[in-house]
Amino acid sequence: MKTLRTPGGLSLRLHPRAIVVGVTCVLLALALSVFAIGSGDYPMSTADVLRALTGQGTPAEEFIVTELRLPRLVTALCVGAALALAGAVFQSLVRNPLGSPDMLGFTQGAATGALVVVVVGGSSLALASSAVVGGLVTGALVYGLAWRRGVHGYRLILVGIGTMAILTGVNGWLLTRAPLMDAARAVLWLTGSLDGRGWVNALPVLIALGVLVPLMLAAYGPAMRLVEMGDDAAAALGVRVERMRLVTLAAAVLLVSLAAAAAGPVNFVALTAPHLARRLTRAPGPNLLPSAAVGAVLMVAADQVAQRAFTGHQLPVGVVTGVLGGAYLIWLLATERRAGRL
Amino acid sequence: MQSRLSGTAMTLAYERRTIAEDLSVTVPDRSFTVIIGPNACGKSTLLRALSRLLKPTTGAVLLDGEDIHRMPARGVARTLGLLPQTSVAPDGIGVAELVARGRYPHQGLLRQWSREDERVVTESMAATGVADLADRAVDELSGGQRQRVWIAMALAQQTPLLLLDEPTTYLDIAHQIEILDLCARLHEEQGRTLVAVLHDLNHAARYATHLIAMRDGRVVAAGPPRDVVTAELVEEVFRLPCRVIDDPECGTPLVVPAARRRTGAEAGTLTIAAGGGKRA
Repeated sequence: MKTLRTPGGLSLRLHPRAIVVGVTCVLLALALSVFAIGSGDYPMSTADVLRALTGQGTPAEEFIVTELRLPRLVTALCVGAALALAGAVFQSLVRNPLGSPDMLGFTQGAATGALVVVVVGGSSLALASSAVVGGLVTGALVYGLAWRRGVHGYRLILVGIGTMAILTGVNGWLLTRAPLMDAARAVLWLTGSLDGRGWVNALPVLIALGVLVPLMLAAYGPAMRLVEMGDDAAAALGVRVERMRLVTLAAAVLLVSLAAAAAGPVNFVALTAPHLARRLTRAPGPNLLPSAAVGAVLMVAADQVAQRAFTGHQLPVGVVTGVLGGAYLIWLLATERRAGRL
Repeated sequence: MQSRLSGTAMTLAYERRTIAEDLSVTVPDRSFTVIIGPNACGKSTLLRALSRLLKPTTGAVLLDGEDIHRMPARGVARTLGLLPQTSVAPDGIGVAELVARGRYPHQGLLRQWSREDERVVTESMAATGVADLADRAVDELSGGQRQRVWIAMALAQQTPLLLLDEPTTYLDIAHQIEILDLCARLHEEQGRTLVAVLHDLNHAARYATHLIAMRDGRVVAAGPPRDVVTAELVEEVFRLPCRVIDDPECGTPLVVPAARRRTGAEAGTLTIAAGGGKRA
């Protein structure tokens, strides 16, 4: 811990290692971004990319960059950051490293919302909004069912897992009801894909991140660290635990739902990014910003792998995050076991 | 009797289960008050109510004459500290970092770590004898050391009133005494008002300046240990026949449970059990 003080009595407490991790991840994300924009069917040099980004390139290059590649990239960055943030919030609130939105049913709820539109028919905007509504309704439902003079971590997990199981069943049923072509499209969406994403997909997540993250950090940044010690300990220090849980949970569910609306329920980013961030920073607490940075890097990297792993055939990004995330979890289990922590 | 903290005519209940009705208690200022009573008598529930973790269904807890549930949470946390029975040290957190968390109610968004914070944390660690452990990880410490770290965190909160929920549970006898000695020192040297729930009647009688004895959600007796800990009262509260003698070390009341008078039936059970043991 390092402290910055001004003569006026202001003071900031910083975790140097967390800052190094965060900054490194942001730089890595930027480098990856320039690479991602420069590569594709029309390859561009780094200098060309930077020129196009600053509005000094040829019209053709500027079109490719700002209308085709940049929106997809920004969607990837925002979705990765949003999922990772939400994952960090959930894991911290339920005090369980498996408490991610994929495990608690919120992602499935968003999927249900989207699938309803697939079956009934509707525009992609309707699909995205319905996904957001589905996620939020599921969030409210899980919170309501788990509430009993306050929500406790393990109740939330149990109710969440139950909800996830039910919604997975509902989603399967909805798929069988959809016309064949729509069902194929829906399955692609369910895997999580960044194909053909434009500004219309990126902006809602970007705005939500821009508004919710500063608010959440300012209002509950330190309080979230305290709640990890137990509700009683946090309450004794003056944290209004239940209100904090409701607000941060709502913010996290909103982020997950918007991310799912933009790119589909991308697997495992919400679970693995906060883990990775914690291992890198070695700092206690939810590590919100480092998690977001790690999530953004993971998502962009996974999208690059998805586009390039097989020449001539693009994978949906969800396949890559699923494979990488699953492998990471197994590796984590193995090392933790060897270290005697499991 | 001066008192900053009291509960008046409280009904304390979880869900539909009522623990106590019309319960009133007063914590004398600058006392080391200990709440005793048999299991499930409501003593921990009372402490939860006094520390505003449990809201009374009727009645109120008054802190400096004001209803504690109408006061701002951080304001209360600057006056009243609590050491809960179960707290979890986050993975890999260091001792100094954990103790520093006690400063939360004194901090703000732009005042995250003042010199005052730093001074108080150093002092709290010195007062609890964990200054040498400042850079160690909390999960590496022994049970007694860990409990002292949690107490240091509560001290860093700098509250004139400090509530402790069974601070000696899960500790061996040496560490129990160590923690209680620490509490007594905090009470005497720093003039804090302490309220603790303790299981061990003899520890309570030795360390408390004010005892509250509870049974079935009622206060049976309250006062100095000399007045409260009598053979009749222990029998009434704990249903335990006993003699009360003077503690040869401190002169405080010492409860000596009566020797068991073996009934015939009981003796028979014992023989059978012993026989069974031999066969196995």
